[in-house]
Amino acid sequence: MNKKYILDLKVVAVEQLNEKNVLLKLSQDAPLPEMLPGQFVEVRVDGSTSTYLRRPISVNFVDKERNELWLMVATIGDGTRKLGQLKVGDTLNCVLPLGNTFTMPTSKEDNILLIGGGVGVAPLLYFGKQIKDFGANVTFLLGARTATDLLELEEFRKYGEVYCTTEDGSEGEKGFVTNHSVLQKGNFTQISTCGPKPMMVAVAKYAHAARIRCEASLENLMACGVGACLCCVEKTTEGNKCACTEGPVFDINRLLW
Amino acid sequence: MADLSVKIDKLKLKNPVMTASGTFGYGLEFQDFVPLDQIGGIIVKGTTLKAREGNDYPRMCETAMGMLNCVGLQNKGVDYFVENIYPQVKEIDTNIIVNVSGNSPDTYAETAEKLNQLDHIPAIELNISCPNVKEGGMAFGVTCAGAAEVVKEVRKRYHKTLIVKLSPNVTDIASIARACEDEGADAVSLINTLMGMAIDIEKRQPKLSIRTGGLSGPAVKPVAVRMVYDVAKAVKIPVIGLGGISTAEDAIEFLMAGATAIQIGTANFVDPQVTIKVRDGINKWLDKHSCKSVNEIIGCLR
Repeated sequence: MNKKYILDLKVVAVEQLNEKNVLLKLSQDAPLPEMLPGQFVEVRVDGSTSTYLRRPISVNFVDKERNELWLMVATIGDGTRKLGQLKVGDTLNCVLPLGNTFTMPTSKEDNILLIGGGVGVAPLLYFGKQIKDFGANVTFLLGARTATDLLELEEFRKYGEVYCTTEDGSEGEKGFVTNHSVLQKGNFTQISTCGPKPMMVAVAKYAHAARIRCEASLENLMACGVGACLCCVEKTTEGNKCACTEGPVFDINRLLW
Repeated sequence: MADLSVKIDKLKLKNPVMTASGTFGYGLEFQDFVPLDQIGGIIVKGTTLKAREGNDYPRMCETAMGMLNCVGLQNKGVDYFVENIYPQVKEIDTNIIVNVSGNSPDTYAETAEKLNQLDHIPAIELNISCPNVKEGGMAFGVTCAGAAEVVKEVRKRYHKTLIVKLSPNVTDIASIARACEDEGADAVSLINTLMGMAIDIEKRQPKLSIRTGGLSGPAVKPVAVRMVYDVAKAVKIPVIGLGGISTAEDAIEFLMAGATAIQIGTANFVDPQVTIKVRDGINKWLDKHSCKSVNEIIGCLR
């Protein structure tokens, strides 16, 4: 595991992606520590009177040239709403990098499908870039309730083909990601997924049936983020394991889904 | 620079700041953030005779200025600690203290006896106050007779510093502290978490898997300070105070209420460096108030 840091990062850009989701771009003078796709950050929420704990947020993207870390925040409760109100020039205290990583391709022949749902698409962007840089093929399949909930599509298109589903049919194919026609066409060697648990369970079921190696990034409720509190456990074939240190990425064969 | 050292029975602490069980892992989880040897004492996570899987997920939910948890003592058992963890922590130059839990006086004592043989574990903390396990745990900590029974049995087989961690979920915590003292406890620590509950009103179900859990964090601090004050008046053995401490000022409140040392728990999740910051803050406060030793403010209430 790479060394962990506590850093005060400066907000250099804030982009409102839609009504609910905000993209924070963070930087500092010194080069950012190495972060790998799938890892996450525990951010401190300052000035919230009703919350106390940090918020675990996955690494959306690392722009090495600009020395930027991108975090996508879904403003749901008091804590994340406070994060959504951050302005350029504000400081965000981050513990990073935490957790394990997605599995990188081992061959340029690998054909990897990344399936995301809702704000769960966030960690797939950086992973997609890394796969492309490695020279393997990456395809994105992104699902949401409606067109405006599909996030960062232009960014995803930089690294691979993007397919979408929406529950109301307002963009891409109507329905769920597991019904999308690309699943029949592609000859995928690996699926990595992140999103709501019912979606990931459905993806895992598909991958089992199609005999494709598959891993899922879990979003379990978490307190410490470093394996101390044992709150974020997931039942695995070897008993309860912390999503923060043994995960967040688990091979589906280890999960009891 | 004031003298920050304190004594708990035979234990010498470099400073009164310790970490609370279950919030600091085995210390190793935090070594990227803090120099572990600068913490007064590290109380490692709850250890039982046999491995425990703990409760089902979800095990935590955030509440106003705090959190509920129902982890349920997940751990790999005392033998695993002795064989795998102890070799990794024994060279850390601070007091490594093991928190011990059980489901009968005998299992507490057997676990304690195994730890008694470890040269670099100078003390244990008996957890008779875990609200999240069905049998044992808090059951022993809510009556004087139950607390006395466990302490008596452990005392026969454990010969180093014995700390007993008390439950706040009782009518009269001072009488339970006295019962532990009478059976030979060397110190008491308090408070463990307060029993609580939170409900998801859309799902109409509790937010925790076993419905209830233990409340910790700043929300519980005033309750903890009051209890430390009551217990410190009632016993002669040292009192270790904990419950919602996240700043040096919080820690000083506990010291003034009568605690000889303090533990930091949930705040470690928010600031992994909080222990050292609290230590430095206590030192600064003492200097500012021309105190030469932290002992000058312990129980100093006017």
